[in-house]
Amino acid sequence: MAKKQQGEGALSFKKSLRRNWDLYLLILPILVFFFVFSYMPMYGIVIAFKDYIAAKGIWGSPWVGFAHFQRFFESIYFERTIKNTLGISLYSLIVGFPMPILLALMINEVHHLPFKRTVQTVTYAPYFISQVVMCGMIIIFIRPDAGFINMLLKAMGQEQIAFIIEPAWFKTIYVWSGVWQNTGWGTIIYIAALSGLDQQMYEAAQIDGANKIQKIWHITLPCLMPTAILLLIMNCGSLMSVGFEKVFLLQTPLNMEASDVISTYTYRAGMIDANYSYSAAIGLFNSVINFVILFIVNQISKRVSSISLF
Amino acid sequence: MAKQNRIKSSKGDLAFDIINYALLCLVLLIIIYPLWFVVIASVSDSGAVLNGQVWLFPVDFQLDAYIRVFKDSRIMRGYRNTIFYTLAGTTLNIVGTVVAAYPLSRKDFVGRNVIMMILAFTMYFSGGLIPTYLIYKNVVHIVNTVWVMILPGMVSVYNLIIVRTFFQGIPYDLQEAAFIDGASNISILLRIIVPLSKPVLAVMVIFYGVGHWNAFFNALIYLSKKELAPLQLVLRDILITSTASISEGTGGAAVADKARLAEALKYSVIIVSSLPVLLLYPFLQKYFVKGVMLGAVKG
Repeated sequence: MAKKQQGEGALSFKKSLRRNWDLYLLILPILVFFFVFSYMPMYGIVIAFKDYIAAKGIWGSPWVGFAHFQRFFESIYFERTIKNTLGISLYSLIVGFPMPILLALMINEVHHLPFKRTVQTVTYAPYFISQVVMCGMIIIFIRPDAGFINMLLKAMGQEQIAFIIEPAWFKTIYVWSGVWQNTGWGTIIYIAALSGLDQQMYEAAQIDGANKIQKIWHITLPCLMPTAILLLIMNCGSLMSVGFEKVFLLQTPLNMEASDVISTYTYRAGMIDANYSYSAAIGLFNSVINFVILFIVNQISKRVSSISLF
Repeated sequence: MAKQNRIKSSKGDLAFDIINYALLCLVLLIIIYPLWFVVIASVSDSGAVLNGQVWLFPVDFQLDAYIRVFKDSRIMRGYRNTIFYTLAGTTLNIVGTVVAAYPLSRKDFVGRNVIMMILAFTMYFSGGLIPTYLIYKNVVHIVNTVWVMILPGMVSVYNLIIVRTFFQGIPYDLQEAAFIDGASNISILLRIIVPLSKPVLAVMVIFYGVGHWNAFFNALIYLSKKELAPLQLVLRDILITSTASISEGTGGAAVADKARLAEALKYSVIIVSSLPVLLLYPFLQKYFVKGVMLGAVKG
């Protein structure tokens, strides 16, 4: 047995099957699971090119080619949902991406351990609040009558604003509440990167007379760059997808103009209006775009920094 | 070393420290205040909350809202359902993830790269909402059953990779020695690998568990039977849908009354639903952090 183990690379499938038959048995249900729950829905995508009729099933329904795609491209929703999806993603990226880096740098400069731990515990906590509760809280805090934000505006002598029905405010509410919820959690990966940093570098800088800002700029920040670049690449890969739950929960008929994104439109077209084929076509269009963006971003990052996902 | 730093630190560094600590205190305040507000509003008179009189401390302390939560059959049923989905779902997640990760962690498991690619592909491409819905409904027949809250997402490929990486870090000599003693693969998994992997399994329990507790999307899409609704679906009715219907109302005493009742329920239900996670959270924090780091290593 022990001898055989050494020839790992050369092991044939037949031999492996004979020796590790129980491992194959172990993973079989998982493969079946992925086949049923992930690959069969992929097969279901063919209805995007058909007129789905429940009685005829997925395969029996008549083909219509790209008719549903064309309908989507020509509808008023095409421009609106793409503009909103990209708008929300870019706004989130620009505001939300630097925040964890900033907070991680600040936490890293705290040498009073109990305070450091308190800051970490408190800032991570909002990450675990469910999207439903989060949106409930947002609505409570921004409502026009007694919401906290409007009370502040009133105290400052400003006009009160009905944020939730104001399309102009939707993206700001979405993005900044996300900053509140996710910044702390986002610091973990940077703080992990900093824990491997050689303290001698700081001591050397100290001897050279560097002040704190200089140390952060020349030592700490460069140490975070590889992690930051990798995360930036991954975030760029999801520019065309905005999480469904939060947008959906904050959506009202009055802010639709700014809040309708591809995923919520797919949901309405499919689940509410029961236009299965049309909705599947929009979903496929979105998946393909996402995949292409991810692929391009991955290729670029392979060239530039030799960091890649696949 | 720390002493030396302190002696040498200049005025500029001191100013930096003061500003840094002050800013962090502000961050703490910004995070804590909304949570604190929910707590005090939940034990205050709802009229006072609606009038904006509740700021820093409870007004007219009372626990009526909590009593109402525990008397509300929808909420209690949602709570029971969510506990069940979380326990059953997480158990299945752990078994599924371990069972998939172990063979894939073994270098002598021929075919593991192909299998890994098949699984990883699903991270980047999926059937999408409607095709998935149709398959669940017409082929797997799990729409409007408890299974739809437990089975989909049984194995998260991301978590699978974390666990596999951890397994690969366990010295192979241990397994080899067991082989020589004639142990089977499965007994090696159960007697050597699993006991040595408690830290990563704890992380998995938490990741999957919180996911089930907060799960909303699948319930929204696949469950229309009221008696199967998880807590998050009930919460949506209370926190979001009711708000919309009230703000669209035309006023009058009945509406105001309804608003006050709905208001009282909101804060207490937020506390009651988030409490399990937030109470456990400080104790589990180190595991969360470890999990993110394990994930980062893979990246």
